[in-house]
Amino acid sequence: MSKPFIEIEGLKKHFDIGNHQILKAVDDISFSIGKGETLGLVGESGCGKSTAGRTIIRLYEPTAGSIKIDGTDVTKVSKSQFKAYRSQMQMVFQDPYASLNPRMTILDIIGEALDIHGLAKSKAERKRRVEELLEIVGLNGEHASRYPHEFSGGQRQRIGITRALAVQPQFMILDEPISALDVSIQAQIINLLIDLQKKMGLTYLFVAHDLSMVKYMSDRVAVMYLGKIVELAKSEDLYANPQHPYTKALLSAIPVPDPDFEAGKERIVLKGDLPSPVNPPSGCPFRTRCPAATERCAAEAPMLRETRPGHIAACHYA
Amino acid sequence: MKKILDVKNLSVSFHVYGGEVQAIRDVSFDVKEGEAVAIVGESGSGKSVTAQTIMRLIQTPPGKIKAGEVLLDGQDLLKLSEKEMQKVRGNKIGMIFQDPMTSLNPTMTVGKQIMEGLIQHQSLSKGAAKTRAIELLKMVGIPNPETRISQYPHQFSGGMRQRVMIAIALACNPSLLIADEPTTALDVTIQAQILQLMKDLQQETKTSIILITHDLGIVADICDRVIVMYAGQIVETGTKHDIFHNPKHPYTQGLLKSLPRLDQDKNEPLVPIFGSPPDLIKPPQGCGFCARCDEAMHICETESPETTVLSDTHALRCWLQHPEAKRPASAGAKEASV
Repeated sequence: MSKPFIEIEGLKKHFDIGNHQILKAVDDISFSIGKGETLGLVGESGCGKSTAGRTIIRLYEPTAGSIKIDGTDVTKVSKSQFKAYRSQMQMVFQDPYASLNPRMTILDIIGEALDIHGLAKSKAERKRRVEELLEIVGLNGEHASRYPHEFSGGQRQRIGITRALAVQPQFMILDEPISALDVSIQAQIINLLIDLQKKMGLTYLFVAHDLSMVKYMSDRVAVMYLGKIVELAKSEDLYANPQHPYTKALLSAIPVPDPDFEAGKERIVLKGDLPSPVNPPSGCPFRTRCPAATERCAAEAPMLRETRPGHIAACHYA
Repeated sequence: MKKILDVKNLSVSFHVYGGEVQAIRDVSFDVKEGEAVAIVGESGSGKSVTAQTIMRLIQTPPGKIKAGEVLLDGQDLLKLSEKEMQKVRGNKIGMIFQDPMTSLNPTMTVGKQIMEGLIQHQSLSKGAAKTRAIELLKMVGIPNPETRISQYPHQFSGGMRQRVMIAIALACNPSLLIADEPTTALDVTIQAQILQLMKDLQQETKTSIILITHDLGIVADICDRVIVMYAGQIVETGTKHDIFHNPKHPYTQGLLKSLPRLDQDKNEPLVPIFGSPPDLIKPPQGCGFCARCDEAMHICETESPETTVLSDTHALRCWLQHPEAKRPASAGAKEASV
């Protein structure tokens, strides 16, 4: 792996939800992402993957842990100093209908990012820069004077990406950037993201639940369950040799658009639902749904350990 | 096999501020006994409007059924009065909606919601309806149905609520079940549970299913036949093998190519379909897909393609496959089959 650009160590995000209850949305996760690399973060709703993304970019203040960018722990720097780091990391949100202000023109939506970081010296430069950026993502510079409602979902997501690119970030958190889009549009956006990564050497954290898209996009993939990372490996290796029973079930649950494959597939159907993260099971968080759980799993929480070269999983029996 | 449902030349429009949205245009298809048919398409392709029209759930105005027939066991549903239609809904046709969070009544117990249909349609007594409701909950895999029956929807998880929806839909042994994106709001592992349940129940009850979805993976998993809709029209129909292994319409081919396969190499780029679907206030004069089609010809711009029948099961609307087309079937078709 190339030199880590971002290192997450023991990151926790707990929410106090009243009644002396603590919701451990993200509970002690660690990983690093190399420069120019894409790390996929997958899991079901409520597993903490979006919270992890938002905590890394400090939309939420982390409860514990460190976030190092190029060696500097950004959880220690003050809000005002943090601004400089913000321009290095940006986020693309899931819903392109909700994440663009309907009362602002595209010029102002993207221009706002330039203003905040003082990247445009004059009005003319601001406009020119926005138009350039729009061209990069495949929109027309003349679109700058329009409002978000004049665009389709795919185009709006391009605008969301443009806004993130405006401050010339090195690291982007993509929080389910395609799940609100139609299938024929998804591939357009994915190709754009890959293109941008190649051209600008961007580092991505790709948060998603679509496992085939994650495999396609990512160099390495981390699987989360109830706020913890249960498995992390190179994407080919994770899909070919899943070690954790949850990963195995997750992979077998994806319906593949090929009738012959589906007919021959042995599907692992998990019983029950995701337990509440307020009151997670003792020991291994997955044991309540695991087909192979034993007494040891209830008593002792499995640690992440290397089960194959470069492949870590948190299961006693992996 | 007997046809349960026969939809003929159905056209539905909505009158909105900007004009008339021609949501579905000349749609014809049928569903046979015990068959699972998928309707796939993007948002705005008319798949949900088709389902809602069959159930007569289109609000009029703004909606208007302009032409066509919906024959259920030979009876035209579009000619029934609202009162007669109420005897069909939930009785002969069951429906599962996309969002189990909002399609159950939060102020009624789950049991009452299941019993409602049984008492209404099958004139069961309260006691008999309750026994049947417990049976149904057990059938859809809800543990402790005796206690669960007197609980409210908020006490159920998303997957459990969708199971309740299925129980309601199947309560009166309908001959047709319409499932409109039944798993879109659910997580993959829960989706797998619900799909397995639907497959098992279909084998048990022999109910015909219309499954509306945009997920081609689900189609490959549980359906026999596939209807592909685009811009308010059916562009291709066939068995799942026709559609997945031998797609002939450029849109179907494009859809399949734009999905990453699990064995896809990272360096092999996805092939997206450029552009976006047309505005149905002014639907294109010719083929709806023309503006996004790489193989469009002159005729595609001016004339809407007729239905070309390729085999007993496989038909499509595309000039490229028309018997008088100059070129043989496009080379793209072979690449697309995975």
